[in-house]
Amino acid sequence: MKSHYNLLIVGGGPAGAIAARTAAQKGLSSCIVEKRSAIGAPVRCAEGIGREALTEFVKPDERWISAEMKGAAIVAPDGTMMKLESAFAGNKVGYILDRKVFDRELVWQAAEAGSDVAVKTRAAAPIMEDGVVKGAKLEYCGKESRVTADVVIAADGVESKFARWCGIDTTVPVREIMSGAQYVLTDIDIDPHSTIFYLGNEVAPEGYLWIFPKGDRSANVGIGISGKKSGSGHRAKDYLDRFVQKTFSNGKPIEFIVGGVSVCRPLECTVADGLIITGDAARVVDPLTGGGIYNAMFTGRLAAQVAADCIAQGNTGKKALMAYDAGWRASKMGKSIERNYHIKEYLIKLSDEKLNAIIHSVTKLNLTEFSTLTLIKELMKVNPRLVVELGALAASLR
Amino acid sequence: MLNVHRNICGYCGCCVSVCPEGALELIDAYLCVEKNCTSCGICAKVCPLGALEVVDEKPL
Ligand SMILES: Cc1cc2nc3c(=O)[nH]c(=O)nc-3n(C[C@H](O)[C@H](O)[C@H](O)COP(=O)(O)OP(=O)(O)OC[C@H]3O[C@@H](n4cnc5c(N)ncnc54)[C@H](O)[C@@H]3O)c2cc1C
Repeated sequence: MKSHYNLLIVGGGPAGAIAARTAAQKGLSSCIVEKRSAIGAPVRCAEGIGREALTEFVKPDERWISAEMKGAAIVAPDGTMMKLESAFAGNKVGYILDRKVFDRELVWQAAEAGSDVAVKTRAAAPIMEDGVVKGAKLEYCGKESRVTADVVIAADGVESKFARWCGIDTTVPVREIMSGAQYVLTDIDIDPHSTIFYLGNEVAPEGYLWIFPKGDRSANVGIGISGKKSGSGHRAKDYLDRFVQKTFSNGKPIEFIVGGVSVCRPLECTVADGLIITGDAARVVDPLTGGGIYNAMFTGRLAAQVAADCIAQGNTGKKALMAYDAGWRASKMGKSIERNYHIKEYLIKLSDEKLNAIIHSVTKLNLTEFSTLTLIKELMKVNPRLVVELGALAASLR
Repeated sequence: MLNVHRNICGYCGCCVSVCPEGALELIDAYLCVEKNCTSCGICAKVCPLGALEVVDEKPL
């Protein structure tokens, strides 16, 4: 490791890896520091991603694709199922990744492009001069070192501390953290090419429960519930265990993981002097789906692009770096976060009866584009009440 | 004070994200509680496993 880089990237998840890969391709020197001893493990994810979202960043490879999805289903609180299929029969609409391998592949690509990588190396504090972020103090196996950088990229995930150490409040409101748990279950009967989402206050209050296939007879079976609804005796694991016992009593768990996903609005500002905040650390997860892999990669790439421009112009102050903040907010991703935030706020307030009614309105939908936006639009067509209740938001969707 | 049941903790960092004081830090598989913890109990509420507990007295 050198003592100075153009970019020092804290965190080796999808945000950090794509930032490093982009930086290296642009000829910048960069280093990823990852506090865990292995990239990609333990997994904190249900591993689902849309086809186009994935291919924007990396060519699908069977080494890290567990399963290909052709459709999805939503199950109402009363058990009624609504099927979602692609309007183009048999089309692949998304993938379930194997993130232990996927995350490594992304970091490998960054390394291959020329970035340095350090594992079991924790950013323990920022180096600050007159309020400007100048690098980080690192810890590796009890040894401390200082690395300076033109720009530090905080890509340190949901448990992010780096931005906070630099004076930015990153606290996620209790009601907007999804408290999650997941088994990888094997030897179960599933449709290996369709994801299933279960809704309802009994199943997953203010969240959902998912079955994401990992192969012919195995799947990620997990849940996220609102932090507000979590407490002793009714935690994510309690809800999940109840469902698994009822639905997959013979399933065998080969992995059990837990995790938090933020479904709040993104940070008010995602840059500071010498600092860019990306991915989960910036709280840019899609508030409706809890999906954050694409958003992490998108912000990671943009962060490196903006940093490269600013470094070339010799100005890495907050004002110059604001091009990043403004850039992702104006992007399709930024707009969809804002829109989906409102849709989520509406949906979590619905009673089970209302959810049942919406799902009863149509048993099967053929979507021209497999996205939450298309789904909501289709649902509005068959549920005039929804249009009224979504109000101004509905108008903006048309 | 805040007790971390290390045999239950899944070191996921969910608690770290909601701590209003910034008093928690996940160091790989070890959750650290810093001195500025106010025992508010928010972390204990959201923990997917119930690994955190606010207790009155100091543990032995
Ligand atoms: C239960 C669950 C299910 C999910 N399901 C999906 C899904 O199906 N689809 C989807 O798109 N998204 C899903 N997500 C969200 C997705 O996992 C995240 O949005 C994504 O991993 C964010 O990437 P990131 O690079 O921002 O952060 P991360 O992948 O969390 O990477 C951050 C990295 O930074 C490291 N780090 C932290 N602090 C430091 C430090 N001080 N020094 C050095 N390194 C540090 C961490 O160890 C970590 O490796 C899910 C999340 C959970 C919890």
